[in-house]
Amino acid sequence: MKAREELMVPKADVRTYYDRPVLKAPVWKWYIPAYFFTGGLAGASSVLGLGAQLTGRRALRRASRVAAFAGIGASAGLLVVDLGRPSRFHNMLRVLKVTSPMSVGSWLLAAYGPAAGVAAVPEITGWFPRLGAVAGVAAGVLGPAVTTYTAVLVSDTAIPAWHEAHAQLPYVFAGGAAATAGGLAAMCTPAAEAGPARRLALMGAALELGATQLMEERLGEAGAPYHEGEAGRLTKLSKMLVGAGAVAIAVGRKRRTPAVVGGGLLVAGALAERMAVFHAGKQSARDPAAVVAPQRRRLAAGRTPTGI
Amino acid sequence: MTIFQPPVDPAARAGYTDHPRRMGFFTDTSICIGCKACEVACKEWNGVPDDGLNFLGQSYDNTGELGANTWRHVAFIEQQVPADGGGDIRWLMSSDVCKHCTSAACLEVCPTGSLIRTEFGTVIVQQDICNGCGYCVPACPFGVIDKRHDDGRVWKCTLCYDRITDGLQPACASACPTKSIQFGALDDLREHAANRVEELHAQRVDAARLYGHDESDGVGGMGAFFLLLDDPEVYRLPPDPVSTTRDLPAMWRSAAKAAGVLAAAAIAAFVR
Repeated sequence: MKAREELMVPKADVRTYYDRPVLKAPVWKWYIPAYFFTGGLAGASSVLGLGAQLTGRRALRRASRVAAFAGIGASAGLLVVDLGRPSRFHNMLRVLKVTSPMSVGSWLLAAYGPAAGVAAVPEITGWFPRLGAVAGVAAGVLGPAVTTYTAVLVSDTAIPAWHEAHAQLPYVFAGGAAATAGGLAAMCTPAAEAGPARRLALMGAALELGATQLMEERLGEAGAPYHEGEAGRLTKLSKMLVGAGAVAIAVGRKRRTPAVVGGGLLVAGALAERMAVFHAGKQSARDPAAVVAPQRRRLAAGRTPTGI
Repeated sequence: MTIFQPPVDPAARAGYTDHPRRMGFFTDTSICIGCKACEVACKEWNGVPDDGLNFLGQSYDNTGELGANTWRHVAFIEQQVPADGGGDIRWLMSSDVCKHCTSAACLEVCPTGSLIRTEFGTVIVQQDICNGCGYCVPACPFGVIDKRHDDGRVWKCTLCYDRITDGLQPACASACPTKSIQFGALDDLREHAANRVEELHAQRVDAARLYGHDESDGVGGMGAFFLLLDDPEVYRLPPDPVSTTRDLPAMWRSAAKAAGVLAAAAIAAFVR
């Protein structure tokens, strides 16, 4: 850990055991934030695809359904690759546990993934358009949940920078997913049909930026990792990319080049945001003071300490 | 009035109808001599791999902390008494272990059902099920469970499930020469621990306090609890641990609302 990461949480009165972390940092590799990102892209793309399906925008429907299929395929692949025993992936569907967001998420993906896949079949091969339409509805209905359950997944840990953000993080992820799906569809769809994609991208960008801001404010001290080190750099980068992408799409309106540039910036920005959240959690877990100080305050504020 | 309240029975909650009493550890750190026999016995019995031959510069502790390959860990703390200097050095020694929480976050977040509650109320990993997703690792409020990187699965103290099933004590408790580590039925241990604290207070050891004995704490009480001589964080124990799943309903509500906002945004994008 770099020196500047260690400075922000006031450590004055916090006692530790040789400054060792109290928590174990996640063992997850970059695959996991990438799994969040691609899952978000897929879920929001299916929502966009359903809208296009219902309003008869064929090019937008095609781009969205293909993006959803590619996204969820990548997402599932990334999740498997991160496992310590990838060959036991199917154990994810051994039980359904409501207390485990990863279990609920696995079942959600088991329903959503095939739907997104079947919806993409007519777009790629031209076969089974009616089945594709049914699957497109199913994927579009499940899509929003696919974008936000991963926020519950990270919040349901002991890590302060994740757990304490549980009220805002789903909005950050939903906004990022909408910006990504809208941005990508705006890049890949003729401008005449891409209006809803551009509007979804702009609303997503606003939600992502706004929710991130609110999260940082509400977190207070627990949010320090979002301003420090790798997470701090990625948060800043993400805000710049998303802001610039939104401006490009808003100002460019129906022109092709700004849509491509803006869409690309939004996609990159949302990816950076997921990576920022990932690193913030790692940094938060490594800091014993960030774990002990709020617990001490909680005890001081009234809960009787464990002890006499 | 807690004495009239029946203790929480995690084994019954997990579905065992006819089960033995809840078993656990009481680690009385006031009589720990830091011999590390518990660390060695645990490794020997459970075949826990080498966790490195390190020099950590932490007093006599060259183990560091609990982890995938360290299921008992003896902490060494050197303190000046009084703290403003001039006095003697006092030593605090404490053998840390998995807490086998009543409300165990590791078990609750495990997506495969690999982590289970045993009939003794303890928490173990079924190694033939674990797929190494790593979710339990950041969920544990004590930083206990961890992934073995060469193996890919997660590991932690089993409270010697194999031994206690056969009526034996866990290896660490058997090896402890001072009875600092005591194994038994949890309610007996709690009663004994309360008496021990009273005894120490009568001897003017005012700093003696129990940690993890209280069922009203954030993890519903610990199956392995401690008598400490200083604040928990001094021993690398969180002062007010909370099982993260306590807030799960609020988390799902936020996620559902955010999903609704996304759906509404999409509708707005199409209808204009």
